[in-house]
Amino acid sequence: MSEVALVNNPNVGLDKTQKGGPYVNELSTLNLGPTHPATHGIFQNILTMDGETIVDAEQTVGYIHRAFEKIAERRPFYQITTLTDRMNYCSAPINNMGWHMTVEKLLGIEVPKRAQYMRVIMMELARLTDHIVCNSILAVDTGALTGFLYVYQWREFIYEIYEEMCGARLTTNMGRFGGMERDFTPVAIEKIQKLLKELPAALKEFEGLVMRNRIFMDRTQNVGGISAERALNYGFTGPNLRAAGVDYDVRAMNPYSSYEDFEFDVPVGTKGDTYDRFLVREEEMWQSLRIIQQAMDNLPEGPYHADAPHYYLPDKQDVYHNMEALIYHFKIVMGEIDAPVGEVYHSVEGGNGELGFYLVSDGGRTPYRLKFRRPGFIYYQAFPEMIKGTTLSDAIVTMSSMNVIAGELDT
Amino acid sequence: MENQQITDALVAQFGAEAVYGVTESHGILQFTTGVENIVPMLHFLYAHPVFKFQFLTDLAGIHFPDAKGQELGVIYHLHSLENNVRLMMKAYAPIEAPHFPSITGLFATANWMEREAFDFYGILFDGHPNLTRILNMDEMDYHPMRKEYPLEDATRHDKIDELFGR
Repeated sequence: MSEVALVNNPNVGLDKTQKGGPYVNELSTLNLGPTHPATHGIFQNILTMDGETIVDAEQTVGYIHRAFEKIAERRPFYQITTLTDRMNYCSAPINNMGWHMTVEKLLGIEVPKRAQYMRVIMMELARLTDHIVCNSILAVDTGALTGFLYVYQWREFIYEIYEEMCGARLTTNMGRFGGMERDFTPVAIEKIQKLLKELPAALKEFEGLVMRNRIFMDRTQNVGGISAERALNYGFTGPNLRAAGVDYDVRAMNPYSSYEDFEFDVPVGTKGDTYDRFLVREEEMWQSLRIIQQAMDNLPEGPYHADAPHYYLPDKQDVYHNMEALIYHFKIVMGEIDAPVGEVYHSVEGGNGELGFYLVSDGGRTPYRLKFRRPGFIYYQAFPEMIKGTTLSDAIVTMSSMNVIAGELDT
Repeated sequence: MENQQITDALVAQFGAEAVYGVTESHGILQFTTGVENIVPMLHFLYAHPVFKFQFLTDLAGIHFPDAKGQELGVIYHLHSLENNVRLMMKAYAPIEAPHFPSITGLFATANWMEREAFDFYGILFDGHPNLTRILNMDEMDYHPMRKEYPLEDATRHDKIDELFGR
């Protein structure tokens, strides 16, 4: 930070005329992270502080970099699904299905309507968990623990639905190329119905505790704001962009997986501050519930996966009794099936924004190049600009409300 | 707004030799251009009264070891939010001198994307404010996503292509 910049910053050096004597530039350095209980993940921010005020911030990322893009170049397509789980692990099914849809686009597989609706339901459940985590933890960061307890048990309940659908909770590996690996079980349907019936009450209770709470509003309003113009220039997407007032939602603009069949609103904020981000996520949870309700009401009958034997694992029963199924099973598991040559970009609305997959295939069994567009990686670089001139406690809630997930940031 | 309109406008502005390899991938326009055209073309697409490609979705590096003189490439994913049209602009440079212009002046978001491409492919973005490694550690002395670094141990004998009829 140069001397000129310090003088130009309205928040710095205000007391230089006090107590006589020459102005001493007493800036201190504060390491926020790499492991810090308030940052929820492994991030390092080297803050330059002037007393309580943040003058400059420098981020270091990459602490949990696992080279997913490189690993993906040696893996058959279906094995990459497990890598996508570990990006934004708060909403793993969205990542899984986004990847499946990308490959289906390359392969030209038509997914049956029922599978598309099932995907929508699972993706919206994932969005619910993502937003529950972000908003309730934001409340915790401002000191409100109770609301967190009310909604967090529903996140746990959604994980039970995942378990019912795929056997896993956090890293789900849900679905297959061409659809889902199994149909809704009666238990899953019952649980989703229970969620639709009972989550609204919990959500209302949470909102009643937090949304108009004087302390919460004081802590979050006009904190960490960003203008729509800057947000677009910084590549913001998802709730963070919508909080700044831009109604860009991939689900509405480039509908995938039958999102065009559902009616939902895209909430937008006005100031792009922490409070707006909270409100946008809160409203999106209500919209997610609305979408799930519509999808459950209109769930079409029919197969839950496409007829694509080259890519869709056959039933175990058939593998033991049917020659073709055995061959396909072997070829799929060994990753022996070549994909066509092509280039695909597909994006879905992830929990944090536009989650994109840029896939280049040279006709081999693995991708030639796979680039993940991780929304968190792209908008986190605006963080220093958003916290300059604020205090440390504001920086914590700003980061919390941006929902930066370390796994997504570092791939 | 059709993809054809965009290519026509680009050809009219920059000449036919500046826009080549025009294809479409699932509705998304793709074209290749020379490194020297990147910045003027992005400014043209950004400021165009109709197109308004003002959102940089992503920037991806890529390595083609067999394309002599054009080994390293950069793919710019642009999105016109107003028209809801996307396009991909590609440019290639030789691996000995992989110089690309930095576009951080136009898109603030390109900062980390370019650092990532530098980190993994060694692509040099001239004019970048802080071209350092981002995800890998600073001490690393190679660019790991280049194709000369195979992921699996080359001494493995259980995955010989012949055995699988490849």
